[in-house]
Amino acid sequence: MNALAKAEGWMTGSPLPTRRDEAFRYSDLARALRTAPPPSPPASAPGWPGPFEGLADRELVFVNGYESGPDLLLLGDEAVAVRFISDTIDTAHLSRLKVVVAADCMATLLESYEGRGEGYFANTILEIELGKGARLERLVVLDEPDTAVSVSTAEVKLAPGARYAQTVLASGAKLQRHETHLHNPGAGTTARLDGAYLVDGARHADVTTVVTHEGIGGETSQLTKGVAGGSARGVFQGRIVVSEGADKTDARMRHDALLLSDRAEIDAKPELEIYADDVACAHGNTVGALDEEALFYIRSRGVPLDDARIMLTEAFVGEAIERIEHEGAREAARGWAFRRLEALRP
Amino acid sequence: MLSIKNLHARVGDAEILKGLSLDVPAGEVHAIMGPNGAGKSTLSYVLTGRDGYEVTEGSATLDGEDLLALDPSERAAKGLFLSFQYPLEIPGVPALTFIRTALNSQRKARGEGEVPAPEFLKRARATAASLKMDFDMLRRGLNVGFSGGEKKRMEIFQMAMLSPRFLILDETDSGLDIDALRIVSEGVNAMRAPDRAMLVITHYQRLLDYVKPDKVHVLAGGRIVASGGPELAHELEKSGYDKYALEAA
Ligand SMILES: Nc1ncnc2c1ncn2[C@@H]1O[C@H](COP(=O)(O)OP(=O)(O)OP(=O)(O)O)[C@@H](O)[C@H]1O
Ligand SMILES: [Mg+2]
Repeated sequence: MNALAKAEGWMTGSPLPTRRDEAFRYSDLARALRTAPPPSPPASAPGWPGPFEGLADRELVFVNGYESGPDLLLLGDEAVAVRFISDTIDTAHLSRLKVVVAADCMATLLESYEGRGEGYFANTILEIELGKGARLERLVVLDEPDTAVSVSTAEVKLAPGARYAQTVLASGAKLQRHETHLHNPGAGTTARLDGAYLVDGARHADVTTVVTHEGIGGETSQLTKGVAGGSARGVFQGRIVVSEGADKTDARMRHDALLLSDRAEIDAKPELEIYADDVACAHGNTVGALDEEALFYIRSRGVPLDDARIMLTEAFVGEAIERIEHEGAREAARGWAFRRLEALRP
Repeated sequence: MLSIKNLHARVGDAEILKGLSLDVPAGEVHAIMGPNGAGKSTLSYVLTGRDGYEVTEGSATLDGEDLLALDPSERAAKGLFLSFQYPLEIPGVPALTFIRTALNSQRKARGEGEVPAPEFLKRARATAASLKMDFDMLRRGLNVGFSGGEKKRMEIFQMAMLSPRFLILDETDSGLDIDALRIVSEGVNAMRAPDRAMLVITHYQRLLDYVKPDKVHVLAGGRIVASGGPELAHELEKSGYDKYALEAA
Protein backbone atom coordinates (compact mmCIF):
# COMPACT_ATOMS: atom_id res chain seq x y z
CA MET A 1 0.00 0.00 0.00
CA ASN A 2 1.39 3.40 -0.89
CA ALA A 3 1.91 6.28 1.50
CA LEU A 4 -1.25 8.13 0.40
CA ALA A 5 -3.54 5.18 0.95
CA LYS A 6 -1.98 4.52 4.33
CA ALA A 7 -2.45 8.12 5.41
CA GLU A 8 -6.06 8.04 4.26
CA GLY A 9 -6.60 4.90 6.33
CA TRP A 10 -5.70 6.73 9.55
CA MET A 11 -9.07 8.50 9.37
CA THR A 12 -11.02 5.25 9.17
CA GLY A 13 -9.50 3.30 12.00
CA SER A 14 -6.20 1.93 10.64
CA PRO A 15 -3.57 2.01 13.33
CA LEU A 16 -1.35 5.09 13.42
CA PRO A 17 2.34 4.51 12.74
CA THR A 18 4.69 4.33 15.70
CA ARG A 19 8.45 4.66 15.91
CA ARG A 20 8.67 0.94 15.25
CA ASP A 21 7.60 1.72 11.68
CA GLU A 22 10.89 2.55 9.95
CA ALA A 23 9.41 5.50 8.03
CA PHE A 24 8.14 7.05 11.27
CA ARG A 25 11.12 6.18 13.42
CA TYR A 26 11.73 9.78 14.50
CA SER A 27 8.10 10.94 14.36
CA ASP A 28 5.89 8.69 16.43
CA LEU A 29 2.42 9.66 15.27
CA ALA A 30 0.59 7.23 17.57
CA ARG A 31 2.36 8.72 20.58
CA ALA A 32 1.60 12.30 19.52
CA LEU A 33 -2.11 11.61 19.08
CA ARG A 34 -2.84 8.97 21.74
CA THR A 35 -6.63 8.97 21.25
CA ALA A 36 -8.22 9.43 17.84
CA PRO A 37 -9.88 12.89 17.81
CA PRO A 38 -13.50 13.19 16.59
CA PRO A 39 -14.12 14.68 13.11
CA SER A 40 -13.71 18.44 12.74
CA PRO A 41 -16.80 20.60 12.26
CA PRO A 42 -17.10 23.06 9.37
CA ALA A 43 -15.86 26.59 10.09
CA SER A 44 -16.11 29.90 8.32
CA ALA A 45 -13.62 31.02 5.70
CA PRO A 46 -10.47 32.66 7.08
CA GLY A 47 -10.71 36.35 7.78
CA TRP A 48 -6.97 36.83 7.57
CA PRO A 49 -4.63 36.95 4.57
CA GLY A 50 -2.48 33.92 3.80
CA PRO A 51 1.33 34.04 3.62
CA PHE A 52 1.24 34.41 -0.16
CA GLU A 53 -1.35 37.21 -0.26
CA GLY A 54 -1.46 39.07 -3.54
CA LEU A 55 0.72 36.59 -5.43
CA ALA A 56 -1.90 34.19 -6.78
CA ASP A 57 -4.21 34.44 -9.78
CA ARG A 58 -6.76 32.39 -7.89
CA GLU A 59 -7.20 30.77 -4.54
CA LEU A 60 -8.57 27.50 -3.25
CA VAL A 61 -9.40 27.24 0.45
CA PHE A 62 -9.89 24.18 2.62
CA VAL A 63 -11.26 24.85 6.09
CA ASN A 64 -11.05 21.88 8.45
CA GLY A 65 -10.99 19.64 5.40
CA TYR A 66 -14.06 21.20 3.77
CA GLU A 67 -13.07 22.67 0.44
CA SER A 68 -14.46 25.71 -1.28
CA GLY A 69 -13.85 24.38 -4.77
CA PRO A 70 -13.08 21.25 -6.75
CA ASP A 71 -10.80 18.53 -5.44
CA LEU A 72 -9.13 18.43 -8.84
CA LEU A 73 -7.06 21.46 -9.71
CA LEU A 74 -6.06 21.85 -13.36
CA LEU A 75 -3.25 24.31 -13.75
CA GLY A 76 -2.27 26.25 -16.87
CA ASP A 77 0.18 29.14 -16.95
CA GLU A 78 -0.78 30.60 -13.60
CA ALA A 79 -0.09 30.93 -9.89
CA VAL A 80 -2.66 29.37 -7.60
CA ALA A 81 -2.82 29.59 -3.82
CA VAL A 82 -4.11 26.60 -1.90
CA ARG A 83 -4.79 27.29 1.74
CA PHE A 84 -5.32 24.46 4.20
CA ILE A 85 -6.91 26.10 7.22
CA SER A 86 -7.26 24.31 10.53
CA ASP A 87 -9.55 26.33 12.74
CA THR A 88 -10.75 23.87 15.35
CA ILE A 89 -9.91 22.40 18.73
CA ASP A 90 -9.10 18.76 19.46
CA THR A 91 -10.69 17.37 16.28
CA ALA A 92 -9.37 15.68 13.15
CA HIS A 93 -9.81 16.30 9.44
CA LEU A 94 -8.62 15.06 6.10
CA SER A 95 -8.02 17.28 3.08
CA ARG A 96 -7.46 15.73 -0.30
CA LEU A 97 -6.45 17.42 -3.50
CA LYS A 98 -5.22 16.41 -6.91
CA VAL A 99 -3.20 18.91 -8.91
CA VAL A 100 -2.52 18.44 -12.60
CA VAL A 101 -0.30 20.74 -14.63
CA ALA A 102 -1.09 20.58 -18.34
CA ALA A 103 1.68 19.72 -20.78
CA ASP A 104 4.12 22.54 -21.52
CA CYS A 105 2.46 24.85 -18.99
CA MET A 106 4.33 26.75 -16.33
CA ALA A 107 2.56 27.02 -13.00
CA THR A 108 3.17 28.05 -9.42
CA LEU A 109 1.46 26.39 -6.47
CA LEU A 110 1.46 28.46 -3.29
CA GLU A 111 0.43 26.11 -0.54
CA SER A 112 -0.12 27.14 3.06
CA TYR A 113 -1.04 25.31 6.22
CA GLU A 114 -2.57 27.88 8.50
CA GLY A 115 -3.37 26.58 11.94
CA ARG A 116 -5.57 28.73 14.16
CA GLY A 117 -6.98 26.17 16.53
CA GLU A 118 -5.42 23.95 19.16
CA GLY A 119 -4.73 20.27 19.48
CA TYR A 120 -6.11 19.36 16.07
CA PHE A 121 -4.99 16.59 13.76
CA ALA A 122 -4.71 17.72 10.15
CA ASN A 123 -4.13 15.02 7.59
CA THR A 124 -3.49 16.30 4.08
CA ILE A 125 -3.07 14.23 0.96
CA LEU A 126 -1.98 15.57 -2.41
CA GLU A 127 -1.44 14.01 -5.78
CA ILE A 128 0.54 16.15 -8.15
CA GLU A 129 0.99 15.33 -11.82
CA LEU A 130 3.01 17.19 -14.40
CA GLY A 131 2.39 16.62 -18.11
CA LYS A 132 5.14 16.42 -20.71
CA GLY A 133 7.38 19.47 -20.57
CA ALA A 134 5.28 21.04 -17.79
CA ARG A 135 6.86 23.12 -15.08
CA LEU A 136 5.67 23.58 -11.54
CA GLU A 137 7.17 25.46 -8.66
CA ARG A 138 5.54 24.51 -5.37
CA LEU A 139 6.01 26.61 -2.25
CA VAL A 140 4.79 25.20 1.03
CA VAL A 141 4.51 27.18 4.25
CA LEU A 142 3.53 25.18 7.30
CA ASP A 143 2.58 27.57 10.08
CA GLU A 144 0.84 25.78 12.88
CA PRO A 145 0.43 25.98 16.66
CA ASP A 146 2.66 23.92 18.94
CA THR A 147 -0.28 21.80 20.10
CA ALA A 148 -1.24 20.61 16.62
CA VAL A 149 -0.45 17.37 14.87
CA SER A 150 -0.19 17.73 11.12
CA VAL A 151 0.89 15.34 8.42
CA SER A 152 0.96 16.28 4.76
CA THR A 153 1.76 13.55 2.25
CA ALA A 154 2.22 14.14 -1.45
CA GLU A 155 2.87 11.90 -4.38
CA VAL A 156 4.46 13.67 -7.34
CA LYS A 157 4.43 12.09 -10.79
CA LEU A 158 6.40 13.71 -13.57
CA ALA A 159 6.06 13.09 -17.30
CA PRO A 160 9.34 13.03 -19.24
CA GLY A 161 10.86 16.47 -19.70
CA ALA A 162 8.90 17.98 -16.81
CA ARG A 163 10.55 20.36 -14.36
CA TYR A 164 9.42 20.32 -10.76
CA ALA A 165 10.66 22.42 -7.87
CA GLN A 166 9.47 22.61 -4.29
CA THR A 167 10.49 24.49 -1.17
CA VAL A 168 8.95 23.53 2.16
CA LEU A 169 9.11 25.96 5.07
CA ALA A 170 8.11 24.33 8.32
CA SER A 171 7.31 25.93 11.68
CA GLY A 172 7.04 22.60 13.43
CA ALA A 173 4.11 21.78 15.73
CA LYS A 174 3.52 19.20 18.44
CA LEU A 175 4.31 16.94 15.51
CA GLN A 176 4.47 18.21 11.97
CA ARG A 177 5.53 16.09 9.06
CA HIS A 178 5.84 16.97 5.42
CA GLU A 179 6.37 14.01 3.19
CA THR A 180 6.99 13.94 -0.56
CA HIS A 181 7.20 10.88 -2.79
CA LEU A 182 8.52 11.80 -6.20
CA HIS A 183 8.93 9.68 -9.31
CA ASN A 184 11.46 10.89 -11.83
CA PRO A 185 11.12 9.14 -15.21
CA GLY A 186 14.46 10.47 -16.49
CA ALA A 187 14.82 11.75 -20.04
CA GLY A 188 15.84 15.22 -18.89
CA THR A 189 13.24 15.45 -16.13
CA THR A 190 14.49 17.62 -13.30
CA ALA A 191 13.33 17.93 -9.72
CA ARG A 192 14.43 20.24 -6.95
CA LEU A 193 13.25 19.40 -3.44
CA ASP A 194 14.31 22.01 -0.89
CA GLY A 195 13.20 22.86 2.58
CA ALA A 196 13.84 24.70 5.79
CA TYR A 197 12.52 23.92 9.22
CA LEU A 198 12.75 26.49 11.98
CA VAL A 199 11.71 25.04 15.29
CA ASP A 200 11.78 26.33 18.85
CA GLY A 201 10.20 25.46 22.19
CA ALA A 202 9.18 21.81 22.20
CA ARG A 203 8.21 21.78 18.53
CA HIS A 204 8.83 18.91 16.17
CA ALA A 205 9.25 19.24 12.42
CA ASP A 206 9.88 16.37 10.04
CA VAL A 207 10.76 16.83 6.39
CA THR A 208 10.75 13.53 4.58
CA THR A 209 11.38 12.91 0.90
CA VAL A 210 11.54 9.75 -1.15
CA VAL A 211 12.74 10.22 -4.72
CA THR A 212 12.72 7.34 -7.17
CA HIS A 213 14.57 7.59 -10.45
CA GLU A 214 12.93 5.27 -12.93
CA GLY A 215 14.51 6.18 -16.29
CA ILE A 216 17.74 7.23 -17.93
CA GLY A 217 19.10 10.73 -17.41
CA GLY A 218 16.97 12.30 -14.68
CA GLU A 219 18.16 15.00 -12.30
CA THR A 220 17.37 15.66 -8.66
CA SER A 221 18.78 18.35 -6.44
CA GLN A 222 17.93 18.74 -2.75
CA LEU A 223 18.89 21.29 -0.13
CA THR A 224 17.31 21.30 3.30
CA LYS A 225 18.30 23.69 6.06
CA GLY A 226 17.27 23.18 9.65
CA VAL A 227 17.39 25.36 12.74
CA ALA A 228 16.43 24.03 16.15
CA GLY A 229 16.38 25.93 19.44
CA GLY A 230 14.88 25.26 22.88
CA SER A 231 14.18 21.58 23.27
CA ALA A 232 12.84 21.32 19.73
CA ARG A 233 13.45 18.46 17.37
CA GLY A 234 14.11 18.55 13.66
CA VAL A 235 13.96 15.50 11.45
CA PHE A 236 15.22 15.15 7.92
CA GLN A 237 14.80 11.89 6.08
CA GLY A 238 15.89 11.95 2.48
CA ARG A 239 15.96 8.86 0.38
CA ILE A 240 16.98 8.69 -3.25
CA VAL A 241 16.49 5.41 -5.07
CA VAL A 242 18.09 5.01 -8.47
CA SER A 243 16.32 2.01 -9.97
CA GLU A 244 17.88 -0.55 -12.23
CA GLY A 245 18.29 0.95 -15.69
CA ALA A 246 18.07 4.57 -14.50
CA ASP A 247 21.59 5.16 -15.77
CA LYS A 248 23.14 8.63 -16.00
CA THR A 249 21.04 9.85 -13.11
CA ASP A 250 22.32 13.01 -11.46
CA ALA A 251 21.14 13.22 -7.86
CA ARG A 252 22.45 15.46 -5.13
CA MET A 253 21.15 15.87 -1.62
CA ARG A 254 22.29 18.16 1.18
CA HIS A 255 21.00 18.70 4.66
CA ASP A 256 22.59 21.19 7.04
CA ALA A 257 21.26 21.92 10.48
CA LEU A 258 22.07 24.42 13.18
CA LEU A 259 21.54 23.68 16.84
CA LEU A 260 20.87 26.85 18.80
CA SER A 261 20.58 25.11 22.15
CA ASP A 262 22.10 22.00 23.66
CA ARG A 263 18.66 20.60 24.46
CA ALA A 264 17.58 20.72 20.83
CA GLU A 265 17.90 17.61 18.68
CA ILE A 266 18.37 16.87 15.01
CA ASP A 267 17.82 13.47 13.46
CA ALA A 268 19.05 13.18 9.91
CA LYS A 269 18.85 10.14 7.72
CA PRO A 270 20.11 10.72 4.19
CA GLU A 271 20.07 7.56 2.06
CA LEU A 272 21.16 6.76 -1.46
CA GLU A 273 20.19 3.42 -2.97
CA ILE A 274 21.76 2.93 -6.36
CA TYR A 275 20.96 0.01 -8.65
CA ALA A 276 22.05 1.67 -11.92
CA ASP A 277 25.35 2.43 -13.66
CA ASP A 278 27.21 5.58 -14.57
CA VAL A 279 25.38 7.78 -12.08
CA ALA A 280 26.49 11.00 -10.38
CA CYS A 281 25.05 10.85 -6.88
CA ALA A 282 26.16 12.55 -3.71
CA HIS A 283 24.81 13.45 -0.34
CA GLY A 284 26.06 15.60 2.47
CA ASN A 285 24.85 16.16 5.98
CA THR A 286 26.09 18.51 8.69
CA VAL A 287 24.82 19.42 12.13
CA GLY A 288 26.60 22.19 13.99
CA ALA A 289 26.41 25.34 16.03
CA LEU A 290 26.87 28.96 14.99
CA ASP A 291 30.46 29.90 14.18
CA GLU A 292 31.85 31.64 17.28
CA GLU A 293 34.54 33.50 15.36
CA ALA A 294 32.03 34.88 12.89
CA LEU A 295 29.78 35.90 15.80
CA PHE A 296 32.63 37.83 17.41
CA TYR A 297 33.49 39.53 14.13
CA ILE A 298 29.90 40.72 13.71
CA ARG A 299 29.65 41.86 17.33
CA SER A 300 32.93 43.75 17.06
CA ARG A 301 31.25 45.86 14.38
CA GLY A 302 28.53 46.92 16.79
CA VAL A 303 25.82 44.31 16.32
CA PRO A 304 24.47 42.94 19.65
CA LEU A 305 24.85 39.20 20.23
CA ASP A 306 21.22 38.21 19.66
CA ASP A 307 21.06 40.20 16.41
CA ALA A 308 24.37 38.70 15.28
CA ARG A 309 22.91 35.23 15.89
CA ILE A 310 19.84 36.07 13.84
CA MET A 311 21.99 37.52 11.08
CA LEU A 312 24.01 34.32 10.77
CA THR A 313 20.97 32.06 11.10
CA GLU A 314 19.02 34.00 8.50
CA ALA A 315 21.94 33.75 6.10
CA PHE A 316 22.16 30.02 6.77
CA VAL A 317 18.48 29.45 5.97
CA GLY A 318 18.71 31.93 3.11
CA GLU A 319 20.73 29.47 1.06
CA ALA A 320 17.61 27.36 0.57
CA ILE A 321 15.27 30.32 0.15
CA GLU A 322 17.46 31.89 -2.54
CA ARG A 323 16.75 28.91 -4.75
CA ILE A 324 13.06 29.85 -5.00
CA GLU A 325 12.52 31.07 -8.55
CA HIS A 326 9.23 32.96 -8.13
CA GLU A 327 10.37 36.37 -6.96
CA GLY A 328 7.29 37.33 -4.97
CA ALA A 329 7.18 33.94 -3.27
CA ARG A 330 10.88 34.19 -2.49
CA GLU A 331 10.37 37.51 -0.73
CA ALA A 332 7.33 36.15 1.13
CA ALA A 333 9.42 33.12 2.20
CA ARG A 334 12.25 35.36 3.35
CA GLY A 335 9.87 37.46 5.40
CA TRP A 336 8.24 34.39 6.89
CA ALA A 337 11.60 32.88 7.84
CA PHE A 338 12.78 36.14 9.39
CA ARG A 339 9.66 36.34 11.57
CA ARG A 340 10.13 32.71 12.66
CA LEU A 341 13.76 33.39 13.55
CA GLU A 342 12.74 36.42 15.61
CA ALA A 343 10.57 34.00 17.57
CA LEU A 344 13.66 31.86 18.17
CA ARG A 345 15.40 34.69 20.03
CA PRO A 346 16.63 33.34 23.35
CA MET B 1 42.06 58.77 24.74
CA LEU B 2 43.06 55.07 25.07
CA SER B 3 44.76 54.23 28.32
CA ILE B 4 45.99 50.75 29.19
CA LYS B 5 47.50 50.08 32.59
CA ASN B 6 49.31 46.96 33.76
CA LEU B 7 47.14 44.69 31.60
CA HIS B 8 47.42 40.96 32.23
CA ALA B 9 45.42 38.56 30.08
CA ARG B 10 45.21 34.82 29.59
CA VAL B 11 44.15 32.74 26.64
CA GLY B 12 43.24 29.32 27.90
CA ASP B 13 45.90 28.41 30.44
CA ALA B 14 48.59 30.68 29.04
CA GLU B 15 49.24 34.20 30.25
CA ILE B 16 49.94 36.19 27.07
CA LEU B 17 49.78 39.81 28.21
CA LYS B 18 51.97 40.34 31.23
CA GLY B 19 51.59 43.86 32.55
CA LEU B 20 51.16 45.89 29.38
CA SER B 21 50.84 49.65 29.73
CA LEU B 22 50.20 52.09 26.91
CA ASP B 23 48.69 55.54 26.38
CA VAL B 24 47.47 56.78 23.02
CA PRO B 25 46.26 60.39 23.23
CA ALA B 26 43.61 61.77 20.86
CA GLY B 27 44.96 62.91 17.51
CA GLU B 28 47.94 60.53 17.58
CA VAL B 29 48.96 57.44 15.66
CA HIS B 30 50.97 54.85 17.55
CA ALA B 31 52.62 51.87 15.92
CA ILE B 32 53.16 48.53 17.65
CA MET B 33 55.84 46.23 16.33
CA GLY B 34 57.07 43.01 17.78
CA PRO B 35 58.03 39.43 17.06
CA ASN B 36 55.52 36.76 16.03
CA GLY B 37 53.61 35.45 19.01
CA ALA B 38 54.44 38.49 21.17
CA GLY B 39 50.77 39.14 21.93
CA LYS B 40 49.88 41.92 19.47
CA SER B 41 46.69 40.30 18.17
CA THR B 42 45.89 39.19 21.70
CA LEU B 43 45.97 42.85 22.75
CA SER B 44 43.57 43.79 19.96
CA TYR B 45 41.19 40.96 20.92
CA VAL B 46 41.31 41.85 24.61
CA LEU B 47 40.50 45.47 23.78
CA THR B 48 37.55 44.46 21.58
CA GLY B 49 36.25 41.85 24.02
CA ARG B 50 36.63 38.49 22.35
CA ASP B 51 35.39 35.48 24.37
CA GLY B 52 38.16 33.33 25.80
CA TYR B 53 40.50 36.25 26.41
CA GLU B 54 40.43 36.67 30.15
CA VAL B 55 41.75 39.80 31.79
CA THR B 56 43.24 38.91 35.18
CA GLU B 57 44.67 42.28 36.16
CA GLY B 58 44.92 45.87 34.99
CA SER B 59 42.63 48.24 33.12
CA ALA B 60 41.83 49.61 29.69
CA THR B 61 39.78 52.78 29.27
CA LEU B 62 38.63 54.83 26.31
CA ASP B 63 38.15 58.48 27.30
CA GLY B 64 38.02 57.38 30.90
CA GLU B 65 35.34 54.75 30.32
CA ASP B 66 36.12 51.17 31.36
CA LEU B 67 36.22 49.20 28.09
CA LEU B 68 36.62 45.83 29.76
CA ALA B 69 33.18 46.04 31.40
CA LEU B 70 31.44 46.40 28.04
CA ASP B 71 30.08 43.88 25.54
CA PRO B 72 31.96 43.84 22.17
CA SER B 73 29.03 45.56 20.40
CA GLU B 74 28.90 48.26 23.08
CA ARG B 75 32.62 48.90 22.65
CA ALA B 76 32.03 49.35 18.93
CA ALA B 77 29.20 51.77 19.65
CA LYS B 78 31.63 53.77 21.80
CA GLY B 79 33.78 54.11 18.69
CA LEU B 80 36.28 51.25 18.92
CA PHE B 81 37.13 49.48 15.67
CA LEU B 82 39.46 46.58 14.93
CA SER B 83 40.65 45.84 11.43
CA PHE B 84 41.22 42.09 11.74
CA GLN B 85 44.50 40.41 10.88
CA TYR B 86 42.38 37.63 9.37
CA PRO B 87 38.96 39.02 8.37
CA LEU B 88 36.11 36.50 8.49
CA GLU B 89 33.88 35.39 5.63
CA ILE B 90 30.15 35.75 6.27
CA PRO B 91 28.33 33.79 3.54
CA GLY B 92 24.83 34.93 2.71
CA VAL B 93 25.20 38.41 4.19
CA PRO B 94 25.99 41.00 1.51
CA ALA B 95 28.67 43.45 2.63
CA LEU B 96 26.33 46.42 2.24
CA THR B 97 23.63 44.79 4.37
CA PHE B 98 26.22 43.88 6.96
CA ILE B 99 27.66 47.38 7.26
CA ARG B 100 24.24 49.04 7.28
CA THR B 101 23.12 46.72 10.08
CA ALA B 102 26.31 47.45 12.01
CA LEU B 103 26.04 51.21 11.52
CA ASN B 104 22.39 51.32 12.54
CA SER B 105 23.03 49.07 15.55
CA GLN B 106 25.76 51.42 16.72
CA ARG B 107 23.56 54.44 16.16
CA LYS B 108 20.71 52.82 18.07
CA ALA B 109 23.03 52.10 21.00
CA ARG B 110 24.03 55.77 20.99
CA GLY B 111 20.41 56.91 20.85
CA GLU B 112 20.70 58.15 17.26
CA GLY B 113 18.26 57.48 14.42
CA GLU B 114 18.89 55.16 11.46
CA VAL B 115 20.73 56.45 8.42
CA PRO B 116 18.24 56.67 5.53
CA ALA B 117 18.98 54.09 2.83
CA PRO B 118 19.65 56.60 -0.02
CA GLU B 119 22.13 58.52 2.11
CA PHE B 120 23.86 55.30 3.16
CA LEU B 121 24.16 54.15 -0.46
CA LYS B 122 25.54 57.50 -1.54
CA ARG B 123 28.23 57.35 1.13
CA ALA B 124 28.99 53.71 0.29
CA ARG B 125 29.48 54.59 -3.39
CA ALA B 126 31.78 57.48 -2.62
CA THR B 127 33.81 55.45 -0.13
CA ALA B 128 34.12 52.48 -2.50
CA ALA B 129 35.30 54.83 -5.25
CA SER B 130 37.94 56.40 -3.01
CA LEU B 131 39.26 52.92 -2.14
CA LYS B 132 39.05 51.90 -5.82
CA MET B 133 36.71 49.03 -4.97
CA ASP B 134 34.26 47.51 -7.42
CA PHE B 135 30.82 48.40 -6.01
CA ASP B 136 29.44 45.01 -7.06
CA MET B 137 31.76 43.36 -4.55
CA LEU B 138 29.66 44.99 -1.85
CA ARG B 139 26.56 43.14 -3.01
CA ARG B 140 28.16 39.73 -2.61
CA GLY B 141 28.46 37.78 0.64
CA LEU B 142 30.89 39.61 2.92
CA ASN B 143 34.47 38.60 2.07
CA VAL B 144 33.30 35.31 0.52
CA GLY B 145 35.88 34.18 -1.98
CA PHE B 146 37.83 37.44 -1.63
CA SER B 147 41.61 37.42 -1.84
CA GLY B 148 43.62 38.31 1.26
CA GLY B 149 44.24 41.81 -0.06
CA GLU B 150 40.59 42.35 -1.00
CA LYS B 151 39.55 41.38 2.51
CA LYS B 152 41.91 43.97 3.98
CA ARG B 153 40.50 46.62 1.68
CA MET B 154 37.00 45.63 2.81
CA GLU B 155 38.10 46.16 6.44
CA ILE B 156 39.14 49.70 5.60
CA PHE B 157 35.88 50.23 3.73
CA GLN B 158 33.97 49.17 6.83
CA MET B 159 36.12 51.41 8.96
CA ALA B 160 35.45 54.42 6.74
CA MET B 161 31.71 53.72 6.74
CA LEU B 162 31.47 53.26 10.52
CA SER B 163 33.77 56.26 11.27
CA PRO B 164 35.05 54.99 14.61
CA ARG B 165 36.97 57.15 17.09
CA PHE B 166 39.67 54.68 18.01
CA LEU B 167 41.12 52.43 15.31
CA ILE B 168 43.21 49.32 15.75
CA LEU B 169 44.79 48.06 12.55
CA ASP B 170 46.15 44.54 13.02
CA GLU B 171 48.57 43.91 10.16
CA THR B 172 46.28 45.59 7.68
CA ASP B 173 49.28 45.94 5.36
CA SER B 174 50.06 42.24 5.09
CA GLY B 175 48.69 40.73 1.90
CA LEU B 176 48.40 44.06 0.11
CA ASP B 177 50.12 44.67 -3.19
CA ILE B 178 52.07 47.91 -3.71
CA ASP B 179 49.16 49.87 -5.18
CA ALA B 180 46.69 48.52 -2.64
CA LEU B 181 49.02 49.49 0.20
CA ARG B 182 49.05 53.08 -1.05
CA ILE B 183 45.27 53.21 -1.52
CA VAL B 184 44.57 51.66 1.87
CA SER B 185 47.09 53.98 3.54
CA GLU B 186 45.38 56.98 1.99
CA GLY B 187 42.11 55.64 3.38
CA VAL B 188 43.66 55.36 6.82
CA ASN B 189 45.25 58.80 6.64
CA ALA B 190 41.89 60.27 5.67
CA MET B 191 40.65 59.07 9.06
CA ARG B 192 43.31 61.00 10.97
CA ALA B 193 41.63 63.71 13.00
CA PRO B 194 42.23 65.61 16.25
CA ASP B 195 39.48 63.66 18.01
CA ARG B 196 40.61 60.25 16.72
CA ALA B 197 43.52 58.02 17.51
CA MET B 198 44.98 54.83 16.07
CA LEU B 199 47.01 51.84 17.04
CA VAL B 200 48.77 50.40 14.02
CA ILE B 201 50.17 46.88 14.39
CA THR B 202 52.65 46.04 11.70
CA HIS B 203 55.84 44.15 10.88
CA TYR B 204 56.99 46.50 8.15
CA GLN B 205 58.32 49.99 7.78
CA ARG B 206 56.66 50.40 4.39
CA LEU B 207 53.20 50.97 5.94
CA LEU B 208 54.71 53.53 8.31
CA ASP B 209 56.18 55.37 5.34
CA TYR B 210 52.60 56.19 4.38
CA VAL B 211 50.89 56.27 7.76
CA LYS B 212 53.43 58.23 9.77
CA PRO B 213 53.29 57.32 13.45
CA ASP B 214 53.79 59.75 16.29
CA LYS B 215 55.22 56.97 18.42
CA VAL B 216 56.51 53.43 17.93
CA HIS B 217 56.34 50.76 20.62
CA VAL B 218 57.95 47.35 20.80
CA LEU B 219 55.73 44.60 22.21
CA ALA B 220 57.66 41.54 23.30
CA GLY B 221 56.81 38.87 25.81
CA GLY B 222 53.42 40.40 26.55
CA ARG B 223 54.70 43.88 27.53
CA ILE B 224 55.78 47.13 25.92
CA VAL B 225 59.54 46.88 26.25
CA ALA B 226 60.59 49.98 24.32
CA SER B 227 59.00 53.15 22.98
CA GLY B 228 60.35 55.86 20.77
CA GLY B 229 59.76 58.08 17.79
CA PRO B 230 59.41 56.98 14.16
CA GLU B 231 63.18 56.33 14.06
CA LEU B 232 62.66 53.29 16.31
CA ALA B 233 60.89 51.50 13.45
CA HIS B 234 63.88 52.10 11.16
CA GLU B 235 66.23 50.80 13.81
CA LEU B 236 64.12 47.62 14.25
CA GLU B 237 64.11 47.10 10.51
CA LYS B 238 67.92 46.94 10.65
CA SER B 239 68.66 45.14 13.88
CA GLY B 240 65.57 43.01 14.55
CA TYR B 241 64.09 42.07 17.91
CA ASP B 242 66.98 40.08 19.39
CA LYS B 243 67.83 42.45 22.17
CA TYR B 244 64.17 42.87 23.18
CA ALA B 245 63.61 39.15 23.22
CA LEU B 246 66.27 38.94 25.92
CA GLU B 247 64.70 41.81 27.84
CA ALA B 248 61.28 40.24 27.67
CA ALA B 249 62.57 36.96 29.00
N1 LIG C 1 43.55 30.13 21.80
C1 LIG C 1 44.83 30.12 22.21
N2 LIG C 1 45.27 29.20 23.11
C2 LIG C 1 46.55 29.19 23.53
N3 LIG C 1 47.48 30.05 23.10
C3 LIG C 1 47.09 30.98 22.21
C4 LIG C 1 45.77 31.06 21.73
N4 LIG C 1 45.69 32.09 20.86
C5 LIG C 1 46.93 32.63 20.82
N5 LIG C 1 47.76 31.96 21.62
C6 LIG C 1 49.20 32.24 21.82
O1 LIG C 1 49.35 33.54 22.27
C7 LIG C 1 50.56 34.07 21.80
C8 LIG C 1 50.34 35.44 21.20
O2 LIG C 1 49.59 35.32 20.00
P1 LIG C 1 49.21 36.58 19.15
O3 LIG C 1 48.32 36.11 18.06
O4 LIG C 1 48.70 37.64 20.03
O5 LIG C 1 50.63 37.01 18.56
P2 LIG C 1 51.00 38.19 17.57
O6 LIG C 1 51.91 39.07 18.31
O7 LIG C 1 49.78 38.81 17.02
O8 LIG C 1 51.80 37.42 16.44
P3 LIG C 1 51.87 37.62 14.83
O9 LIG C 1 52.91 38.66 14.62
O10 LIG C 1 52.33 36.31 14.33
O11 LIG C 1 50.53 38.01 14.36
C9 LIG C 1 51.12 33.05 20.82
O12 LIG C 1 52.17 32.34 21.46
C10 LIG C 1 49.97 32.16 20.53
O13 LIG C 1 50.38 30.86 20.25
MG1 LIG D 1 48.91 38.87 15.18
